[in-house]
Amino acid sequence: MLEQIFQFLVTGITVGSIYALVGLGFALIYNASDVVNFAQGEFVMLGAMSAIALLAAGLPLPLAAIAATLLTALVGLLLERFAIEPAKGASVITTIIITIGAAIFLRGVASLLWGKNSLPLPAFSGNEPIQLGGATLLPQSLWVLGGTVVLVALIHAFLNRTLLGKALLACSVNRAAAQLVGINVQIMLRLAYGLSAGLGAVAGILVAPITFSSYEAGIMLGLKGFSAAIVGGIGNPMGAVAGGLLLGVLEALGAGLVSSGYKDAIAFMFVLMVLFFEPTGLFGHKVAERV
Amino acid sequence: MRLTGFFIFAASVALLPVLFPNNYFVTVVGIAAGLHVILAVGLNLLMGYAGQISLGHAAFFGMGAYASAILTTRFDWPGLLAMLAGLLVAGTIAWLLARPILRLRGHYLAMATLGFGIIIHVIMVQATHWTGGPDGLGEIPPLNLLGWTVDDDQQWYGVIAAAMLLSIWLSLNMIDSRIGRALRAVRGSEFAAQMMGIDATRAKTQIFVVSALFAAFAGSLFAHQQAFVSPDSFSLIISVELVTMVVLGGMASTFGAACGAIALTLLYEGLMVFEDYEMLIHGALLMAVMIFLPQGLFVGLSQGIRRGWTLIASRQDVQDARKAIQS
Amino acid sequence: MTKATPLLAIEALEQSFGGVMALAGVSFQTHENLIHAVIGPNGAGKTTLFNVLCGFYQPTAGSLRFNSQELRGLPPHRIAALGIARTFQNLQLFFNMTVLENVMVGCHLRARVGLLAAALRLPKVRREERQLREWSSEALELCELADHAEQPAGALPYGLMKRVEIARALAAKPRLLLLDEPAAGLNDTETLALRDLIMRIRTSGVTVLLVEHHMPLVMSVSDRLLVLDYGSVLAEGTPAEIQANPQVIAAYLGGAVQYAV
Repeated sequence: MLEQIFQFLVTGITVGSIYALVGLGFALIYNASDVVNFAQGEFVMLGAMSAIALLAAGLPLPLAAIAATLLTALVGLLLERFAIEPAKGASVITTIIITIGAAIFLRGVASLLWGKNSLPLPAFSGNEPIQLGGATLLPQSLWVLGGTVVLVALIHAFLNRTLLGKALLACSVNRAAAQLVGINVQIMLRLAYGLSAGLGAVAGILVAPITFSSYEAGIMLGLKGFSAAIVGGIGNPMGAVAGGLLLGVLEALGAGLVSSGYKDAIAFMFVLMVLFFEPTGLFGHKVAERV
Repeated sequence: MRLTGFFIFAASVALLPVLFPNNYFVTVVGIAAGLHVILAVGLNLLMGYAGQISLGHAAFFGMGAYASAILTTRFDWPGLLAMLAGLLVAGTIAWLLARPILRLRGHYLAMATLGFGIIIHVIMVQATHWTGGPDGLGEIPPLNLLGWTVDDDQQWYGVIAAAMLLSIWLSLNMIDSRIGRALRAVRGSEFAAQMMGIDATRAKTQIFVVSALFAAFAGSLFAHQQAFVSPDSFSLIISVELVTMVVLGGMASTFGAACGAIALTLLYEGLMVFEDYEMLIHGALLMAVMIFLPQGLFVGLSQGIRRGWTLIASRQDVQDARKAIQS
Repeated sequence: MTKATPLLAIEALEQSFGGVMALAGVSFQTHENLIHAVIGPNGAGKTTLFNVLCGFYQPTAGSLRFNSQELRGLPPHRIAALGIARTFQNLQLFFNMTVLENVMVGCHLRARVGLLAAALRLPKVRREERQLREWSSEALELCELADHAEQPAGALPYGLMKRVEIARALAAKPRLLLLDEPAAGLNDTETLALRDLIMRIRTSGVTVLLVEHHMPLVMSVSDRLLVLDYGSVLAEGTPAEIQANPQVIAAYLGGAVQYAV
């Protein structure tokens, strides 16, 4: 029983890492622009699918992965420039629908380019399972975990150590003030979208060997990433990471101990409970509502 | 006249099948459009007038549909009684959910309603014993209205058109009443509304329940009309489509929501021709309308026309004035 | 003053926001049919006092009795139901509605129709709607707004918007009306008209509590004044008493009283 639970934990942390990365992407964009980007999951799908396609076109895996990430980051930039920027100042409902429209659009592009089948990406270093204290672990899971740790550390350092990162954070705290001290908010927004799209792409590429990918793989991943960001306290990047891991573990435990069919319901039930009882998130700082 | 628009709309709905008898667009697409209108008008009460988004409205639609499907096929309940049960279930769940969920705002509310929709959808897929799982439930008997059985497309057109007109009439009445004004006041300034003695929580709760009832009502009709229900008809995508109808038509306008519902139904019908490009065009259109006409087609266009008229009229005035001065 | 029960009795009222004392033990009373002004420099706690009175803030300590009933702990809509109405320092009109509809919302508590009756448009709904329109027209006429009834509230000039707020509050037929800086942003003519309006409101039997910076208006219209400073009561009395109060002169009026009435 204990071994089983350990296995669920391992699975949960692997899945949770992906949610964490998607959630981090949500937080970056939300911070910079107050927009919740419902197309975030599509970045994950685009990264994975374009890597698969580039690999099939003959590029070596590392190169395909890098090219796919850059490509997706470019899509993120374009999304900001041509869909979000023109609708500046729109209501929450309007921006939600714009990003949902973008998600459907990207899904449509993907289905045209790569068809509607699930496609695999080869594992980075073989498929020989590793035994770890009674639990089995795919080598790819280590890639996911390692990749997540590195990316989160990089983003954390970027936001807190570099001038550019601090400028990005400044935009989230007070956009007008950021503008006054000479930060080009427009560029920062594009940067946030590009960065967050690239982040999603890497997540997609890391996990594709385990889960495969298809044109509609982004929907659930996007929603879970959004949930991670909410659980962690929307706009708190490291909270989103913690929220993602928590959500992944909870889901794996629910799937293993209750019913695998109900795992999504369990995850969202948890999100609802967080929203009802701790709406600022489990790891967010309280923001007093001003009247 | 308060209801002039309503009577014109009702007359055209009644005329369509006379002008185009046995026309596919009238009897098949028209039925789908009619159901969408009921859903959109109900959702508009919540979104347009109370200012609350719901990305999980398909759940209430589904509750009505499954209540009718399960009760009529498994327990041989008469259709109308099953419909009432569906309304009761959806209304009760909405009422229980309203207080915690409507305390949330903006993105939080979007997430919560979306999560609720997914939970209900998962239950539809997983509770196979009751719902038939992903394969759905078939052989739902035709609706029997006090001895009259509705069983062909023409009759269904009549029933759904009547139901649609009823929902529009109810909606118009509610908006133009003490209750509707209270609701709009809460949206305009919650602070001031409370100082006028309006219990804002109660007002929002009420309208959330009403909106769920509209959806469940449409769901029951849908189940009988299709004679089959499956979870696909109540997924997240459907919730998004419903929101789109309301926003596309223009929020805070009952006829706007109705027009949005009809326009989007026709659009989906048209997009089917493009098969592979359907998603692409759908996504692009959503973005384009929201970017260029954020108030929605109906409200945006009618305001544009009005502005155009004023412009032409004022130019006319200026010319008249010039002439008067010159002469 | 007479020994009659005060309409509003506030005792030792305290309101702190995370260590900042916005109200530090305020006590005062208002009797029926008075125009009672609350003055004081910015940040003295005037608007906070109104917000506590309306149930928008829950006071840290003290009591508020309206017509002998304790207000503490009641939500705003229940307080409104007891007969208190107000206007707002920064406009809180329902911009999505017409002037008439705004004022009809003010009648909310005087009407009874529920959701079901409204949806079905029962005959009693029609009757009540007519009644509401009548009441609203009265309030609009009192505020000289009858000509603007069908206009969208957002399309009016600022001065008229402020008057719509007063009409809306009056439509509730309150016993106590709180006016929060009604003269702010008005020109001299409009301020004079406002003075007459406040007088008319009192004549119609409504007690007025007035927060205002416009001293000529305050001094000419008020029966009594309450002077707040740093969340405490500095003085209370008739305009003449206040103008002669050395403390007030020193602390608030800055040494010279030149407000001839």
